Amino acid sequence: MAKNKQEAVFTPIGQNHSKNGKFEKSVDLPPATRKKHTTLGLSDDDVVEMFRLMYLQRRFEERAMQMYQKGKFGGFLHLYIGQEAVSTGTVFALNDDDDIITAYRDHGWGLVRGISAREGMAELFGKATGCSKGKGGSMHFANTEQHFWGGYGIVGGHIPIGGGLAFANKYLDNGQISTCFFGDGAVDQGSLHETMNMAQLWKLPVVFVVENNGYSMGTAVKRHTVGEIYERAKGYGMKHACFNGMDALTVYENMKEIADEVREDSEPYFVEIRTYRYRGHSMSDPQKYRTKEELEEFQKTDPVERIRQYLLDKDVLEESDIEEIENKIEEEVLDAIDYAEESPSPEPEELYEDMFAGTPYFHDKK
Amino acid sequence: MAVLQFREALRDAIDEEMARDEMVFIMGEEVAEYNGAYKVTEGLLDKYGFKRVIDTPISELGFSGIGVGAAMKGLRPIVEFMTFNFAVLAADQIINHASKVRYMLGGQASVPIVFRGPNASAGQLGATHSVAYDSMYAHFPGLSVIYPSEPDDAKGLLKSAIRSEDPVLFMESEQMYGLKGEVSEEDDYIIPIGKGKIKREGDDVTIIASGKMYHVVKQAAEQLAKDGVEAEVIDPRTIKPFDIEMVIESVKKTNRCVIVDEAHPFGGVAAEAGFLIQREAFDYLDAPVQRVTLPDVCAPFAKNLFDIWLPDAKQVIDAVNTVTYRN
Repeated sequence: MAKNKQEAVFTPIGQNHSKNGKFEKSVDLPPATRKKHTTLGLSDDDVVEMFRLMYLQRRFEERAMQMYQKGKFGGFLHLYIGQEAVSTGTVFALNDDDDIITAYRDHGWGLVRGISAREGMAELFGKATGCSKGKGGSMHFANTEQHFWGGYGIVGGHIPIGGGLAFANKYLDNGQISTCFFGDGAVDQGSLHETMNMAQLWKLPVVFVVENNGYSMGTAVKRHTVGEIYERAKGYGMKHACFNGMDALTVYENMKEIADEVREDSEPYFVEIRTYRYRGHSMSDPQKYRTKEELEEFQKTDPVERIRQYLLDKDVLEESDIEEIENKIEEEVLDAIDYAEESPSPEPEELYEDMFAGTPYFHDKK
Repeated sequence: MAVLQFREALRDAIDEEMARDEMVFIMGEEVAEYNGAYKVTEGLLDKYGFKRVIDTPISELGFSGIGVGAAMKGLRPIVEFMTFNFAVLAADQIINHASKVRYMLGGQASVPIVFRGPNASAGQLGATHSVAYDSMYAHFPGLSVIYPSEPDDAKGLLKSAIRSEDPVLFMESEQMYGLKGEVSEEDDYIIPIGKGKIKREGDDVTIIASGKMYHVVKQAAEQLAKDGVEAEVIDPRTIKPFDIEMVIESVKKTNRCVIVDEAHPFGGVAAEAGFLIQREAFDYLDAPVQRVTLPDVCAPFAKNLFDIWLPDAKQVIDAVNTVTYRN
């Protein structure tokens, strides 16, 4: 037994209760790629579009946060701020008809897969014009026409579904692959392990991606899971990778190679992308579990700032070009807020719509 | 009419639907090379090959979710559980995902999937292998629940389930797989989901039972007839949608009702049907509705205790005697 209550008994002790004053980072970033976008096969236009998408995700969420704080909408709001390089690098690496499925931190994923700022904001506001008709809210953005199968609210619950999308691709022999994103908290769920086993056994064309942002809600990675996350793959004989998720070009470079390989040989991959969440788990999080120093340290590697600086350093854009893009996005996001506010709420009868693809049945409905 | 075992009727339904639609496939523990734990899938591997008849590891949560994802992309999975008692491990996929994906994505995906396997008890198998889950799943919006009692119903309803655009739970019984019965030889024999069947006509009391309990009730009804009590026996066949109209019409004729349910009493089919009957046929009732259910206790192993635990014909007759004031 521990002699005093300040020693760990079961769970390792976190930052908030640590007495040694040592500042320990929750996640270590591997180095970013040193290759230029042209070497990676990306055009100037591609990398400008990457910046545009990343800035859109950032401003969309910063404005959404303001609207939430003003009480414009309710529910949960889990922000992706800090992780935008992951979604952006990935969509450039995938074919447009490859599948993406993710957890509840899904706004960025929707915006890079065809959900407009208007449809996204309207969904947050619970309006009929939202991407999921106001039925899903923040956690259930989706655009299945563009193979974004949605955000899901049960930690680890969507992982087998991601495996199922890949199963269907193999069954249909359609050349598509599936990518399944989840946070570091989900690596402790049994659903991941069952699905990894079957994916390797059945050779499913799927990439499982842990977006390790340092925290499972308020619990640092080292306090909720053992060893290095990417090494879990070894137990299943699965190919794996671990790379920097604060740089969109690094994400692109690695995900492109992985996607090509999975498409070629239909063998799954397990990937840990290290990133950092700048905001709390959700809007009600006081964030006592981490230090200001840590947050500041990671803000120096801000993925949006990084790509902005890259465009300037490589003479792809002038400062004035960038400001023009930023102003346009600001207008787009403000317009989205007006659109969401002015959009109609779902009609009361819509309560009973979208339950069934076939004949609807509601027990004891008068 | 052909005389088939229950398992053969199920197999014919799966076979016909697999032949009809290449998107239909079946997966589960021991369904392929072992030919099915209860031989429902016997011969299907030889006929359809390894792509469409798939052995899974013992990972109910994982393979159920793979089924849900595959269904979202347009396949029509039949997911076999060795028993619905094991499907509890997959409850997150059935309850949180299969039934909710369409709604929460605003209609952007559908989940045409069948989860099937034996339900409820099958002799002295102890506490964890003996639970009836039909009313639990019926609780959740978006799920249809079928629990047929005879081979003919099983065939026609399973074909409907496989063609459904939405998730269906199809429940069977280890103890009924060998049961023989006449099955329609009609081409493409379909029974619509949600329609009950009057399996015995009578004027004195309405008795409702599905699945294995139907056979207990059938035996009780024969006994009662010898005593001059003619029971009308309704097999709802589908737990959800529940054919309450058929029940109400019968109760208005007989003025008495007993519901037999192989679930525990709290919040089961008997509770729900009983409520609806008192509301819809209050003025027609000559006695309070009675129910026969499992007690609110786990399944015991000991033979004598198990026999007390499981509803039998005697308990049904006692309940009928109560509603007919013959006790």
